[in-house]
Amino acid sequence: MIEMAERGVAQVWRRIKSIYKLQGNKCETCGTHYFPPRLVCPQCRRKGKLEPFTFKGLGTIYTFAVVHQAPEDFKRQMPYVIAQVDLDEGARLTAQIVNVDKEDVKIGMRVRVCFRRIKEFGPGGIIVYGYKFEPTMRVTGHEEKAATTN
Amino acid sequence: MNNRVAIIGVGINKFGELWDKNLMDIAYEAGMYAIWDAGISGADIDGMVIGNMSAGRFTGQEHLGALAVDMAGLGDIPAYSVEAACASGGAAVRQAYMAIKSGEHDLMVVLGCEKMSDVSQSEAMNTISVASDWEWEGTFGGTFPALYAFMARRHMHDYGTTEEHLALPVVKNHANAAHNPFAQFQSPVPLDVVMSSAMLAEPLRVLHSSPVTDGAAGLVVCREDLAKKYTDTPVIIEASDQRSDTLALHDRKSITTMSSVVTSTRCALKQANLELKDIDVLELHDSFSIGEIILTEDVGIAKKGEGGKALEEGITEIGGKFPVNTSGGLKARGHPVGATGVAQIVELVLQLRGDADKRQVDGAEKALAVNIGGTGATSIVHVLGR
Repeated sequence: MIEMAERGVAQVWRRIKSIYKLQGNKCETCGTHYFPPRLVCPQCRRKGKLEPFTFKGLGTIYTFAVVHQAPEDFKRQMPYVIAQVDLDEGARLTAQIVNVDKEDVKIGMRVRVCFRRIKEFGPGGIIVYGYKFEPTMRVTGHEEKAATTN
Repeated sequence: MNNRVAIIGVGINKFGELWDKNLMDIAYEAGMYAIWDAGISGADIDGMVIGNMSAGRFTGQEHLGALAVDMAGLGDIPAYSVEAACASGGAAVRQAYMAIKSGEHDLMVVLGCEKMSDVSQSEAMNTISVASDWEWEGTFGGTFPALYAFMARRHMHDYGTTEEHLALPVVKNHANAAHNPFAQFQSPVPLDVVMSSAMLAEPLRVLHSSPVTDGAAGLVVCREDLAKKYTDTPVIIEASDQRSDTLALHDRKSITTMSSVVTSTRCALKQANLELKDIDVLELHDSFSIGEIILTEDVGIAKKGEGGKALEEGITEIGGKFPVNTSGGLKARGHPVGATGVAQIVELVLQLRGDADKRQVDGAEKALAVNIGGTGATSIVHVLGR
């Protein structure tokens, strides 16, 4: 059990900036945003200049699935909604959608990032926290960017 | 360098959940069938390639090349293990093709194998998930079926593909497998049964997905000029092409097309000096039914968005213009991941030789196989001819 925890610790700890704060990077040469951070800009390669960039956490659902069969780590959460979210700055990522009935999730829905428990590294293993997304609400003051072409 | 590469023997075992056999039992069986089929002896073989995705996680064993040579009693010939997730089998075929074309090897055995039923369903699902981007898709709950469900949802949204369309490849492939004695499932499945099966990852259902399978397939390949010594019916590998794409599905511009498939198909046909209309029979990677719909479009049988319609019209049935997955495909023949790419070639060789029995496509002369790794991060295309 201790071994399991130790394994998870380094794996999670080294990505904390990304999974806690949505830190990716931006190529100063071509202006493209990347999440997760890339080692090299695929468009500019050696001419690229990647700088850390923290995403605002607002986006739009590009596609989604409702998972009814999942590995052990996620069994307790089934059925859950997983989606690809287009972040407003341009990158797309995969994350769970929470705080909404699965019947109400739609392509084009506006969402914002939230901080949640993701899973555990086995029984007694460390608990992994990170990003999930939830629908934006008018009361939060987040701009209602039109779900245009999606 | 100008040597063409011929397939002179094929072998495959009955796919299924083979509780009484381990990985090497099934690989040995398929390899020996191929060797007998080719009429060669062990001394003729100067190398082996073995395609496998994840024996280390599925069975605990790695170093399969040496193991296979050892079990087959082939002494000290070199053996190469290759891995490209679900395209490991296709990658093995391509490695042998390149090795012979380069002049380094003359006659090789190619094996594809996977033993998946020794671990729990949950562990099998985790192992398959590492074919996609484990750190950024899998660990956030993006199961492998969910990633294909992403494609299906978007395909339905953009092109009006229906739930019935999603079921059509399954019905067709099960009907084909009913005539394949090596298939895991040899019984037809009616449309309504597919459409009412349990949800896996909405909009995909359990019966839209290929199963957990143990199985192996083998080939004997050699220089074309040597082939005459062993057989009057060699099948030539007329082209081989492989392309890559981003590992994570979310990093692609479009998730309703696999650009790796579009490019590798185009390049392979060009290499073979053929057009799609010249192809008589195809094996397309249908790990999920939406995969077959997308590939039907990406190889050019149907326009983008009209893959479902092509299935509706029966274009891809045996007897149609472009028969797809006469073997039963991954859905019904079974999908032992590392074996699949080789099993596809076995089926096409049988078709080109006229040995496919009740599922025979009359007069088939040219064939094409598409083997996918992950969600399209690897695409390997082979064109065969007689």
